[in-house]
Amino acid sequence: MSEKVSPLRQPTAPASAAALVHEVAGLIVAALNLDLAPADIDADAPLYGEGLGLDSIDILEIALVVSKQYGVQLRADSEENERIFGSLRRLADYITAHRTK
Amino acid sequence: MPILATQFLADLTRVAQLLGAGAHVLNACADRYHFTVGLAASLVSGKLSLLPSTHTPEVIRQLTAFAPDVICLTDEVDCDIDLPRVPFPGAAAAGSASPAPVPAIDTAQLAACVFTSGSTGTPVPHRKSWGRLIACVREEANRLGLSGSTCAIVATVPPQHMYGFESSVLLALGCGHALCAERPFYPADIAAVLCAVPRPRILVSTPIHLRALLESGTALPPADLIVSSTAPLTPQLAAEVEQRFNTRLLEIYGSTETGQISARRPTHTPEWRLWPGVTLSVRDGETWAQGGHIEQPTRLCDVLEMTGEETFLLHGRVADLVNIAGKRSSLAYLNQQLNCIPGVLDGAFFHFDDSRASHAGVARVAACVVAPQLDAARVVQELRRRIDPAFLPRPLLLVARLPRTSTGKLPQEALRSLAAAHLQSGGIA
Repeated sequence: MSEKVSPLRQPTAPASAAALVHEVAGLIVAALNLDLAPADIDADAPLYGEGLGLDSIDILEIALVVSKQYGVQLRADSEENERIFGSLRRLADYITAHRTK
Repeated sequence: MPILATQFLADLTRVAQLLGAGAHVLNACADRYHFTVGLAASLVSGKLSLLPSTHTPEVIRQLTAFAPDVICLTDEVDCDIDLPRVPFPGAAAAGSASPAPVPAIDTAQLAACVFTSGSTGTPVPHRKSWGRLIACVREEANRLGLSGSTCAIVATVPPQHMYGFESSVLLALGCGHALCAERPFYPADIAAVLCAVPRPRILVSTPIHLRALLESGTALPPADLIVSSTAPLTPQLAAEVEQRFNTRLLEIYGSTETGQISARRPTHTPEWRLWPGVTLSVRDGETWAQGGHIEQPTRLCDVLEMTGEETFLLHGRVADLVNIAGKRSSLAYLNQQLNCIPGVLDGAFFHFDDSRASHAGVARVAACVVAPQLDAARVVQELRRRIDPAFLPRPLLLVARLPRTSTGKLPQEALRSLAAAHLQSGGIA
């Protein structure tokens, strides 16, 4: 939780981008109890609306998981936000750039 | 930057001139200030604001049938609502606002029309007069303890939803409070917006947002009151909200048809106390609400137990009702939409309260569908055009036939068993 998050702390050694994509897919499937395997999520398909078909309740849930796991607090007013949920890969890229744990 | 009443009056005059000759406005503005200007502009021009709960193509088609002259007031650049659109105008030059009088609105004037899903597939309109809407939120202000102070209202719910409409837009307009234009979504946004407005300040929210806020680890700014509605909070979450914000949490209970009718402080009592003048009566096992600001006697879609003249306990929803994050529908309506899809031979939604269908305390619905020529993705794609995404089935299972009884009835329990067996086998049931 918050007390473990420090901007001074070095991020853990960066795993490969593909590994993070897989890890985030696993978090999404677990958090939302989706009826599919993490590898079944197309890394480049939209998460919202068409594609994986998530709605805003799911997006809030993913934001919560991402904040707990990586210390990334998503903000609607950040410029990239439009694109963050454009696909699993973009979400993973965003986490890589902003993670604090 | 604060917006003063003079600016508001100038803006509503400007927008009123753009609304054209028709009598109906779909106010789709996402910004709460824009929405409020649009509502006021509609009021002064004698137009009825239509507030459907969702804007799917099917709902817009039904809205056009209901009110052929409807136009859409929008502040979204990429708005894809298929109606004649009136874009919300850009800000007027600073200081250009000339003093305009505060308009007086007849209490009998119809101000808004909200919709519930009927069992036949046609939405049922509920028209609200200005006087009754305001009477309702003035009682809300009493119950929330806001009388005599001016508060800033931050809300995470849309202004088009009855709860958000009443507890942000009307509470501000009818009781002299200030409202915040933003609709913060992520926990960090909610905290930041709350922090940016002066105290006393109120957070109007839902169990889903409040839970996310507490669990996210975001630092919580002090608030002077937290209001929650759409679904009852668990006692644990209610206690934690009060503790972490160091303030009172009040819950509101109402419905689209009746508006708000009762409130409680869940850390003090499980009992809801009705607004004065509103009474409940039980007829043939159904609970009806009437009196006070309620336009006409209305059947409630929840199971209630009266504990006194003005108090009751809430025991859950009527079996047919679906309530997901404050969005309401009925199994009958969802089934009707599902069975309209070309290629669907038979299909039924059901409450599937196992872990696959629910997370974050949000119980979703599932569906079994007989559609030999279609795949599940195609059926979901068709449903997306017709119903709000919150009601899309999780999961949607393609089956060979539905477990109908010899009289054609379809017990929910039989559907749940079929789905459980189907998921276990991983194949066609």
